[in-house]
Amino acid sequence: MKETIIIAGFGGQGVLSMGKILAYSGVMQDFEVTWMPSYGPEMRGGTANVTVIISDKRISSPIADSYDTAIILNQQSMDKFQSKVKPGGVLIYDTNGITTPPTRTDIEIYTIDAATESARMGQAKMFNTMILGGYLKIKPVVEMEYVMQGLKKSLPERAWKFLPQNEAAINHGAQIIKKVR
Amino acid sequence: MAEKEVRLMKGNEVIAHAAVHCGCDGYFGYPITPQSEVMETLMELKPWETTGMVVLQAESEVSSINMVYGGAATGKKVMTSSSSPGVSLMSEGLSYLAAGQLPCLVVNCQRGGPGLGTIQPSQGDYFQACKGGGHGDYHLIVLAPASVQEMYDFVGLGFDLAFKYRTPAMLLADGAIGQMMEKVVFSEQKPRRTDEQVVEECGSWASCGKGKRKHKNVATSLFLQPDELEALNQKLQATYREIEAHEVRYEEYMCDDADYILVAFGSSARISLAAVDMAREQGIKLGLLRPITLYPFPYAPLKAMAERGVKGFISVELNAGQMVEDVRLAVEGKAPVKHFGAMGGMIFNPESVLEALKSNLIK
Amino acid sequence: MAEVEIKAENLVYAKPRLITDTVMHYCPGCSHGTVHKLIAEVIDEMGLEDKTIAVSPVGCSVLAYNYLDVDWIEAAHGRACAVATAAKRLHPEHMVFTYQGDGDLSAIGTAETIHAAARGENIVTIFINNAIYGMTGGQMSPTTLLGMKTATTPYGRDAKLNGFPYKVADMIAHLDGTTYITRQSVHTPANVRKCKKAIRKAFENALAGNGYSMVEVVATCNSGWKMSPVEANKWMEENLLPVYPLGDIKCTTLPK
Repeated sequence: MKETIIIAGFGGQGVLSMGKILAYSGVMQDFEVTWMPSYGPEMRGGTANVTVIISDKRISSPIADSYDTAIILNQQSMDKFQSKVKPGGVLIYDTNGITTPPTRTDIEIYTIDAATESARMGQAKMFNTMILGGYLKIKPVVEMEYVMQGLKKSLPERAWKFLPQNEAAINHGAQIIKKVR
Repeated sequence: MAEKEVRLMKGNEVIAHAAVHCGCDGYFGYPITPQSEVMETLMELKPWETTGMVVLQAESEVSSINMVYGGAATGKKVMTSSSSPGVSLMSEGLSYLAAGQLPCLVVNCQRGGPGLGTIQPSQGDYFQACKGGGHGDYHLIVLAPASVQEMYDFVGLGFDLAFKYRTPAMLLADGAIGQMMEKVVFSEQKPRRTDEQVVEECGSWASCGKGKRKHKNVATSLFLQPDELEALNQKLQATYREIEAHEVRYEEYMCDDADYILVAFGSSARISLAAVDMAREQGIKLGLLRPITLYPFPYAPLKAMAERGVKGFISVELNAGQMVEDVRLAVEGKAPVKHFGAMGGMIFNPESVLEALKSNLIK
Repeated sequence: MAEVEIKAENLVYAKPRLITDTVMHYCPGCSHGTVHKLIAEVIDEMGLEDKTIAVSPVGCSVLAYNYLDVDWIEAAHGRACAVATAAKRLHPEHMVFTYQGDGDLSAIGTAETIHAAARGENIVTIFINNAIYGMTGGQMSPTTLLGMKTATTPYGRDAKLNGFPYKVADMIAHLDGTTYITRQSVHTPANVRKCKKAIRKAFENALAGNGYSMVEVVATCNSGWKMSPVEANKWMEENLLPVYPLGDIKCTTLPK
């Protein structure tokens, strides 16, 4: 098993921490993982992305050119990464902020209205875990038991009081993800 | 530590943890992307409250390295970290540290150059790290970590080697290894040496206050008499020959039956590893030699490969071709040696490494 | 040379115990030897021989470590205060001081000096200000007076061409991390005694953890100034002291 994921959006959307939760979940299930961010000035309010690889074997390159899954959270990232999804791969995007939907027909495409839904629930900060929940529904690469452990490990202790909300958001995300084609 | 907990951390973060765990006495640094997490993590860990380790943000890299010089001169286990432009500023200090035979650890989390360049990963400082950087005849022991676990492990190893040979050691990492997260397992906390232990271990040379000692110690790099400077240099060169004889470290991957060999260190070794797997799937007998010590460089195993009939070597580097010169020296013209790289902070992919192999060596 | 026995009752003056027998390389008439002697006496009188770490500069006093019998670190040009910062932080009970000239301190080492002072490092800087680069052959330093002739200002220092001199101690005194800043000289016996008191006070200040101290010593460089030692003392009084007046500039405790 080897899953290569790119998560891309604006800085501040929780892109890097979503990747970290996923990677830490992999660690808890005893997989090999790498988490490779884009970094630098572009992080200051610009685009941010992170490549997470989860594998049951030693991971050679932490840098990838094509992805099994792309989680896309803004239009710039859609433009940049749509073409990088492997044929037969998965593209998940939040409709909020996407003006030009993906056009590829050789991949599976899903939408998740996490921005709207998390705002409606008054929990805008759970946006990224909600999307993670949606992803894990489609690609259950890590068992939920380990996801919860990974979530706790990724958060600083002062944020542990939000664990139940995050858990609920993951579960909710699994319910609201929709297949486009 | 009862059990070995597996953590997920950035390369830069584990440098900080490793420093505390290996009993480092002091860290002196100046922020620069992409390695600022080292000092940020140390400040968050507050080791001065636990092990007593000193952490200080200096006003410049020039000051940082001279603080390292001051601390090392007193026999303490001290370090700094920076990225390429900052390390250029430290080069003066590194020359003095080498001349003063002062052990210390310097981490270079390389970014693209020359000049301000970019904050993206690069391996453009190979020459600087391995062939001098500062003035005069000296070497640093240069370790090249290729994973987050090695970032952690090589801090302790770097200090051990630095003290064993009384010479500065460098971790030559890059922005990719520094910024990426991987699994890491910590070692047990080693206590910092007491002042008495420092005197016992380093009292013959360290300027830590005369204490019970009769004679004064002087840490200096000034030898105005030609015969004295000649003697110092002879001593340094003898040390370097010892290091070259005993401390060469490297890793081989699928080299035994290989027709072609990639030579790569750090993050480009990770990419090359994937290229080897891809080549093998296509029936090409490709192997990887990954130098772990860049100085001392693994000349002998490369030479042996050339002598047993390897058809060609490619030095894969995030630069314009620096280590390739050492690969050529090792191979001694017995096989073609090519370079493949990128210089703008771009990172190539395994496919392009394989493509380079096919177009350059496989006829 | 024949040994001459001096009876204790006849002994009025001796080389301080911590000054070594190494023959000093300083020019006759130079102020360095006198200041070295004062530091040696203060260290001995305060019982600090075993726990002193001294940092020497680049400049005429680069070889100070040959003359004073304590542990030394020879710093790169200008970096003494950075070197001393680490030595003190790693050995907080020790007496750590730097010994620097105006080239080392006020030109190439400005940043290291200001930041060590601003941080309030518990170290002492002995700053020998003779307004010239002695070791390299008498070039202009930042503290060279306007109109003063040096190897690189052969027609006299011209503000338009060479910029203005600046008062290091006065500038440093503005920093919250500094608590004892004084300017002294050693050109008369009375000044030598005052200077010694100042050095002792600075050392006590550092040991008490009361931040950064600087003793600036306005000094002569008769070789560089191309004068006899006597002329140099007179010239210093008439020209340097009006610009760099003697006395305490700051004597306080660290802000809360």
